Amino acid sequence: MNLNTIKSELETHVPGCRLEVIANPSPSAQHSLLVDSEHGYAVAAYLRDAAALRFDFCSNVTGVDWPPKETSTKIKVKNLVDGPNGTEEQEVDEVQKTTTPGYLEVVYHLFSQELREGPLPLRMRTADREASVHLPSLTPIWRSAEFQEREIFDLYGVIFDGHPDLRRILMWDGFLDHPMRRDYVDPDDYEYEPTAHNEVLKRANQHLAETGGR
Amino acid sequence: MDEQLKTELSKQGIFTTTLQDLYNWGRKSSIWPLNFGLACCAIEMIATTMARYDLARFGAEVFRPSPRQADLMIVAGTVTKKMAPQVVRLYNQMPEPKYVISMGACAISGGPFKQGYNVLKGIDRYIPVDVYIPGCPPRPEALIDAFLMLQKKIDEQQLTGATRPRHLNADQPSEFIVPEFGAHDLEPTQNPAVWRPPLVQISQAGTDESQHD
Repeated sequence: MNLNTIKSELETHVPGCRLEVIANPSPSAQHSLLVDSEHGYAVAAYLRDAAALRFDFCSNVTGVDWPPKETSTKIKVKNLVDGPNGTEEQEVDEVQKTTTPGYLEVVYHLFSQELREGPLPLRMRTADREASVHLPSLTPIWRSAEFQEREIFDLYGVIFDGHPDLRRILMWDGFLDHPMRRDYVDPDDYEYEPTAHNEVLKRANQHLAETGGR
Repeated sequence: MDEQLKTELSKQGIFTTTLQDLYNWGRKSSIWPLNFGLACCAIEMIATTMARYDLARFGAEVFRPSPRQADLMIVAGTVTKKMAPQVVRLYNQMPEPKYVISMGACAISGGPFKQGYNVLKGIDRYIPVDVYIPGCPPRPEALIDAFLMLQKKIDEQQLTGATRPRHLNADQPSEFIVPEFGAHDLEPTQNPAVWRPPLVQISQAGTDESQHD
């Protein structure tokens, strides 16, 4: 089934949901559906239950970390400059920097066993990476998402509201970091690197400089 | 005892030995490993005990399911940071004399996962290791070789004097620090009584590389 058909069907049956088709430019052309977090649960329930869709199998759940991005664009600005012939208008290049805030994203890969459809990648995004990292849990809809949502909670720090048992699954309970985030800094245990190179060599040298060779 | 007299006596049909030889021979000929595997290396360890490679030929036919009955711990596989305290605790529960074989790249140094956030960079940071076997995973022959090396090591141990093994020396520790789960890493990250970072001239390695570029 075409993704746009699914989108229009969802828009008519789940009132108020904001959907967006995210195109995949690669040859696989596996486009995905972005849903807002407030209507994520209702959209997922409709995808599973509607007779024409029947996405009854969630094969994979994964997280993506999108750090804040800084983009600089050059724009031409007209300035008034005092020249030898009086005040002149001059065009000056000005660099304008804009930061797009980062967010965390969760991707569900949905299949329909009954209708032999899929995969349908369903995405949800958090508002930011620090304060509001809540997303609705889809475990009540697809039970197979339980451990994978726990893993995303563990490694990315997304809090799934409505998850039956949201605990860390790979790291221990007292662990504070989220190791799969891009800004994760691993502990400084570079005291012995027999074949250090590239990034490891840099960290090992940094360790040596900080600890005085030990 | 004089070695020449010993051979002379054996020609006459009299067998003489020392208590040390007898004691070490008995110990090395019935090493019972702990039935314990962590990752893919454990599959090779299991293969070693089966009919084709038959580790039982060397006296290690019984893999004990309890650390209380084991002499040898074969650390076979990747030691994750979450598993490391349990490995050290199992080692502490084994009675002396006890030995450790560090099997495979991961147990030695972390192997291909060395720079990962969740893998311990070698079990020798917490417990003393007797034999290291490199490989990913090592073949059963390599494990048998390590086993023979350990037997040789046990056979050569002096029961008296300054070089006597740990279990005969009351001053030596028989229990080792069990690391705790910290906020970012295990605490402590290594047991300084067991392991210290070897001296490596990393900065020189760096300058060498920049000259090549």
